[in-house]
Amino acid sequence: MIAFWRSSVGKKNIVAVTGAILIGYLILHMLGNLNSAFGPGADEARVDWYAHWLRDFGEPLLPHAFVLWAVRVILLSALVIHITGIVQLTKRNRAARPANFPAKRIGRSFESMAMLGTGVLVLAFIIFHILQFTTLSIHVTPVEEGAVYSNLYYAFQKWYFLVIYVAALLLIGMHLRHGVWSLFQTLGFDNPNRNPKLRHGSTVFVLVLIVGFGAIPVLFFTDVLDPPNAAAVITSSIGAVGSLTGGVA
Amino acid sequence: MNFTLEIWRQFDGTDETEAGRFETFKVTDINPDASFLEMLDQLNERLSHEKKRTIAFDSDCREGICGACSLVIDGTPHGPQQVTSCQTYMRDFIDGQTIKVEPYRANTFPVIRDLAVDRGALDRVIQAGGYISTTTGPQPEPNSMPVSPEIQEKAMDAAICIGCGACVAACPNGAAMLFTGAKVTHLNLLPQGQPERESRVIGMVEQMDAEGFGGCTNYGECSRVCPQEISIDVIGMLNREYRKAKTKKKSKPEKAMTTQ
Amino acid sequence: MTVFDSNIPPGPLPEKWQNWLDTHKLVGPRNRAGKNVIVIGTGLAGSSCAASLGAQGFKVKSFCFQDTPRRAHSIAAQGGINAAKDYANEGDSIHRLFYDTIKGGDFRSREANVWRLAQLSANIIDQAVAQGVPFNREYSGALATRSFGGVLVQRTFYTRGQTGQQLLLGAYSALEHQVRAGNVQVFNRHEMQDVVLVDGEARGVIVRNLITGDIERHAADAVVLASGGYTNVYYLSTNAMGSNVTATWRAHKRGAYFANPCYTQIHPTCIPQTGEYQSKLTLMSESLRNDGRIWVPRKSGDDRPPAEIPETERYYYLEERYPAFGNLAPRDIASRAAKVVCDDGLGVGGTGRGVFLDFRDAIAQQGKESIERKYGNLFEMYTRITGDDPYETPMMIYPAPHYAMGGLWVDYELQTTIPGLFAIGEANFSDHGANRLGASALMQCLADGYFISPHTVTAHLAKNHDEVSTSDSAFDEVESDVRSHIQKLMDVGGGTSAQAFHREMGHVMLDKCGMSRTAEGLDEALAEVREIKGEFWNDLRVDPGDEEFNQSLEYANRVSDFFELAELMIHDARRREESCGGHFREEHQTEDGEALRDDEHFAKTTAWEYGGDDPVPHDEALTFEEVQLATRSYK
Repeated sequence: MIAFWRSSVGKKNIVAVTGAILIGYLILHMLGNLNSAFGPGADEARVDWYAHWLRDFGEPLLPHAFVLWAVRVILLSALVIHITGIVQLTKRNRAARPANFPAKRIGRSFESMAMLGTGVLVLAFIIFHILQFTTLSIHVTPVEEGAVYSNLYYAFQKWYFLVIYVAALLLIGMHLRHGVWSLFQTLGFDNPNRNPKLRHGSTVFVLVLIVGFGAIPVLFFTDVLDPPNAAAVITSSIGAVGSLTGGVA
Repeated sequence: MNFTLEIWRQFDGTDETEAGRFETFKVTDINPDASFLEMLDQLNERLSHEKKRTIAFDSDCREGICGACSLVIDGTPHGPQQVTSCQTYMRDFIDGQTIKVEPYRANTFPVIRDLAVDRGALDRVIQAGGYISTTTGPQPEPNSMPVSPEIQEKAMDAAICIGCGACVAACPNGAAMLFTGAKVTHLNLLPQGQPERESRVIGMVEQMDAEGFGGCTNYGECSRVCPQEISIDVIGMLNREYRKAKTKKKSKPEKAMTTQ
Repeated sequence: MTVFDSNIPPGPLPEKWQNWLDTHKLVGPRNRAGKNVIVIGTGLAGSSCAASLGAQGFKVKSFCFQDTPRRAHSIAAQGGINAAKDYANEGDSIHRLFYDTIKGGDFRSREANVWRLAQLSANIIDQAVAQGVPFNREYSGALATRSFGGVLVQRTFYTRGQTGQQLLLGAYSALEHQVRAGNVQVFNRHEMQDVVLVDGEARGVIVRNLITGDIERHAADAVVLASGGYTNVYYLSTNAMGSNVTATWRAHKRGAYFANPCYTQIHPTCIPQTGEYQSKLTLMSESLRNDGRIWVPRKSGDDRPPAEIPETERYYYLEERYPAFGNLAPRDIASRAAKVVCDDGLGVGGTGRGVFLDFRDAIAQQGKESIERKYGNLFEMYTRITGDDPYETPMMIYPAPHYAMGGLWVDYELQTTIPGLFAIGEANFSDHGANRLGASALMQCLADGYFISPHTVTAHLAKNHDEVSTSDSAFDEVESDVRSHIQKLMDVGGGTSAQAFHREMGHVMLDKCGMSRTAEGLDEALAEVREIKGEFWNDLRVDPGDEEFNQSLEYANRVSDFFELAELMIHDARRREESCGGHFREEHQTEDGEALRDDEHFAKTTAWEYGGDDPVPHDEALTFEEVQLATRSYK
């Protein structure tokens, strides 16, 4: 495995695999988010219930919040490996070409050129996102542990949060439009007949992701979704969705 | 046709102090059907008359198959047409145009002089496994090992690589993945290539890294400049072969090459 | 002085090679690492020879002037390689391949050599397949074959239109395998300057490192020249820019006889010349003649678009003159026929030096798809070069110098008149007589390289040789000759590039010692070549700096040898008072313009001993046991 990591091809494979893990998580996260679309509910918001359920998942066989923490550890390691790999590969790649003679752009896509840029911005966004909805450290709008629906509702009343989240989505979309296809290429799951389908498939996937994630903040902002009811906020005590998923975007 | 040429002049790539620079030349009365290299020949003849040093550049077959030419014309390896420089004709340019001519730019291809570079690294990648370790002698009857035309076609699509190195020059990462992928694809698809399937890909990838080539980020520039139109799919094949070879339990180290 | 014996082993033709193999001396496996061989050139013959000797355990140094061995000009061969395997079940056999080659060569080659070539042909295919050469396949997965100029069976194996490339890459990969194994050392960008003789035997070479300009010495127990042909003497040819005669010519000057230099082949299907500064002619595979029909308008100066010229006004001259072979007539005949119709003013294209190669009928019969499958890449290449689309309008072609049948004289063991100096592939004269058939060059190069020279060189290595070091005085002498020649080139100090002189000489040679020759023309050519040579040594310009990368010096060095070779070619063409194969003397032709051989006086090989302005001819009589000398008819 160490030798695999040392070789450029092996490292790229690992970057692809960790990327795939993060993408897999994004899909789950999006599905989880869509629970918000059920509204504040009569008693408890569905998304709050879902968050609660996630936290209790596996009990009593597994310790409280075990799955939650396991997933967090996996995600964090995947992210760290993904970024370390990229940094090392980029250093190698830069060393392979003389400075000051950038290759002329012939036909590569904008997304592929911007991978590093979008990657850094997305990383910054993830940190912000965790601060806002997981650690609840940003107090511009009322936040309360466990009250996922209400936290989201108040945050997305502000136009600038909406803008930040939609912009971040577009960045993630760009990163993944090249990333998803690239992943199949790197892992060698492509073949000549499948290649165009993979290209289009990754575009479609990105669109689904943007719509799926983007719907919630937009629905909150436009007041299609009702304000949280006070009772629900008080009764619900655990903010699992926020903690696990780093919030809703 | 008339052109202004900005040509890279460099005395000796090994001398760090001689960094190289562009020199401007005007050429006139060029036949539109002259190839880019014939245009350079004509310029060199004139420079001889003027008792000036001629421009060094590699070329040999002048019919697009040997892979010797290694120019970067207006930022694109080989030139604008996705064919070798010797098959790039002056009619492909606009009369009066300024054309920039550089050598391949990759740290793995040191400049020898002007536009000539050293591509020995590609030979060493082949030495690390780009062959079937058979030696001369009686061989099995070929028809005892049938190869379907589909497989033959696919292998041939990769085998037609001319080893010019344009893929490396075009790659923002200076990667030789298309070159290496093409050889691995060619040999690993054929029944004769099976016994060394794993040692081949491991050896070649490691040599590629040792030479200092960059890695693939799937830009696809390599394939876009390849005069033989080798598809980026060979890189997918290379990645797959490498991962399989490395993750297989008893993968042998590439020391498998021995002679009789 | 030198032994001049072809050393043909005893026994009936089919058994000669086996007899030789059974009795030649061997070198034990443990002694092989102590034997050194130098191989010059890395084309099909050189790569395969170096790889095979390396695999046996000898220590091989392989030299090429290109930046990597894989660029040798064998790579450009398109059509295919012959082998008497009879996969098509047409009754093909070793004898038929042998006979076709002898007849194709106009009965001017050695029977024993050609028989051996035909015998080994099948092994070459097996060897190449085992190396991973992706030959075209039938739907069954079996090897596909097609027919090729000058024969009536389908014995040509091919990998699309890039057979030479794939075979060379096979040999190159075998070579690199041996490099990895530590048996072969490759010196790329090194050009041989001279051969070093110690006690009359070849014991080393002087090479120039083309990057640093260093003059280096390398010693060995045997030297193999696989440096290719000399067709670039014509300047415009299908050869690569770097193809040159220097290695063989310098060996000739040291005592190796040069055989049949006037036998050069003009290939019928090349793209016509368009401009003065054109540097080379591009060949279109002869396989195109399988489906394309060659014609010119019957009326001189007919400038209608070809599609508008009705059938009755088209002169399908090959089909009319050679009904049995038609468009598949051998190369020399097809080329000369094209010259004749163009001389008669029927030629097409801007220069009037072109004929049509038309696929209209083939497309109508077989469909565009089938034609595309067979020739797609050739059509693409043609379109790229000329801007015309052969699917819509006929191609235009014209003959171009392509191959040298002549070369260093070698005996049955491929050894030159210098013991220990071998010549293989196009560099020797051996198997093609006065004309080479299509798809035979690859066959001969690989037979020489894989299956013949590894054994005959071994036989030489098995003899006892004293250790020779590069500090031997013989090396001093040769090196100083090499240095003074280079100095002479550097010192001219004129103002004209070598390329300009080369072009001028090439023009004379093509005109007067090309597709057809006359005594008068040859005499003129000799005077003209000498005059241009004089100017060359008077007004040559070489970039300063001989101890560095200097391409103008490389070029001038090669051209200086071409001048001397050109004179020898003219002498040879002048002396051979007959027409045969690629050598056509206008004085010797039948009433309807066919070549007229003189078997009584010229059924022999002329091997020239170097003599400066007065070379000395030696004759090797050709005796035929198996075939009857006959007028070569393709009618």
